[in-house]
Amino acid sequence: MVMPMRVVDEQHDDPVRLAQRRRTCQITPMRSRPLWALLLAAGLTAACSTGSCDIAVGVDQSAQPKGGQLRVSAAVSLTDALTPIARKWEAAGNIHVELNFAASNVLARQILEGAPVDVFISADEKQMNRLVESGAAARADVLPLLTNQLVVVTPAGRPVSGTLPSALADDAVKRIAIGDPQGVPAGVYTKAWLERADLWRQVEPKIVPSNSVRAALAAVDSANADAGVVYKTDAKGHAGVKVAYEVPLADAPPIVYPVAVIAKSTHPDLARRFVAYLQTAPARTVFADAGFIAPDTANAR
Amino acid sequence: MTGELLGIIQLTVLVALAATLVMLPPGVALAWWLARSRSPLTSIVETLVTLPLVLPPVATGYLLLRLLGRRGLLGGLIERIGIDVIFTWRALVIAMVVMGLPLVVRAARAGFEQGTRRFEQMAETLGAGPLRVFFTISLPLARRSVLAGALLGFSRALGEFGASIVVAGSIPGETRTLSLAMYGFLETGRDGDAMRLVAVSLVIALAAVWLSNRLVREGA
Repeated sequence: MVMPMRVVDEQHDDPVRLAQRRRTCQITPMRSRPLWALLLAAGLTAACSTGSCDIAVGVDQSAQPKGGQLRVSAAVSLTDALTPIARKWEAAGNIHVELNFAASNVLARQILEGAPVDVFISADEKQMNRLVESGAAARADVLPLLTNQLVVVTPAGRPVSGTLPSALADDAVKRIAIGDPQGVPAGVYTKAWLERADLWRQVEPKIVPSNSVRAALAAVDSANADAGVVYKTDAKGHAGVKVAYEVPLADAPPIVYPVAVIAKSTHPDLARRFVAYLQTAPARTVFADAGFIAPDTANAR
Repeated sequence: MTGELLGIIQLTVLVALAATLVMLPPGVALAWWLARSRSPLTSIVETLVTLPLVLPPVATGYLLLRLLGRRGLLGGLIERIGIDVIFTWRALVIAMVVMGLPLVVRAARAGFEQGTRRFEQMAETLGAGPLRVFFTISLPLARRSVLAGALLGFSRALGEFGASIVVAGSIPGETRTLSLAMYGFLETGRDGDAMRLVAVSLVIALAAVWLSNRLVREGA
């Protein structure tokens, strides 16, 4: 009976109550509960995402001046490394960076359709070239930022028997999650590797093409796929999956992450400074810790 | 129209038809029970059945994944039986049934509530059992509403996206339906093929709307 009043008056509410409200909105991980409890929890989550729980978040964001941000679209595999780097950059007194993570082919399409983006970091050269060819980025602005490596992952506690990678063709492996080989870079690389290894023909019918490399990782993590091919950096520190095989760098096409400032950027100078920052020692340390390889060292192998 | 696109259309229609056939018996039974029962359980059951209509489809898909996935609540049981569900056509049918069921229940229930109670009571006084009353009186009188519900459920199944992509993935030739294929084509720059599927969807949608309008008009 008292609650509606409280909701209206939320911003003047005392901090303890606010903290409690926020806590009640965080749904704890679902354990074995009756179905109706699951459904109820899901309903609450949905209500939270659109309802009063956003008020607290909204306050934080309004502190930023309007338009005062750099929009960076980056391959989803960069999520864990680029987020702390952007926060470090902001902590040094720089403009706020809004990060948009998705599969590079999805991001490239968004940019081609006119999405307001200042910097694009792709997980393959093909998607960056789409932008260069259409004039959305200048060829001279593109430079290789990082390289990566493919690994075969299996769900924790559900190993694939036999020697990888040839065991991927065995009948015991029913579903293999990879990025959609028609566009998602991780999937394109995986297909090229499996073709070289002469396994693609046998493996293709088992492929679960995922929207992004992280979606493929999630399918293995939930054990709904028996194996998956993702980047080494995706699997790193991920408890639900086990790296069962590291694809030798020489067996797969080189995995290059090019970065470029987008031609229509509204803050081209700041964007260039951010790209330069990505190559400084503090940023390189974070990338290296996440398992990325700097392109110069990769060439020296 | 290439073989690939025809295959996608065929798969979509077949799976949506299968889903409609699966959702009809429980949907009609539930609708009849909701229309006739005075049990206090009706409001709870009605809420649960209607939930997928209101819940974001991806949330429904996620709940199904937590239920049916290998690490889900029923995952162990399903694996012991030895069938694969997630990332197969079965998961697609389940997602479509869950999403379409509320539409069947709501439409059919309206049919059972159209003041046909009197005829049922007459049949009962003449000695007809409950099943005979249902199949000779209630169902025939409500057939238009049931058909309209089936059509709505089928249309919903045809366009299902959010729950399907979570539980069934988008596997070419197995679970890649019209909606999933359209999205996949857009993501991979095959705009021409996406547009062709949009055209097919338009034709199907126009036919479904025309048919359901006819059913409703003649029913009135």
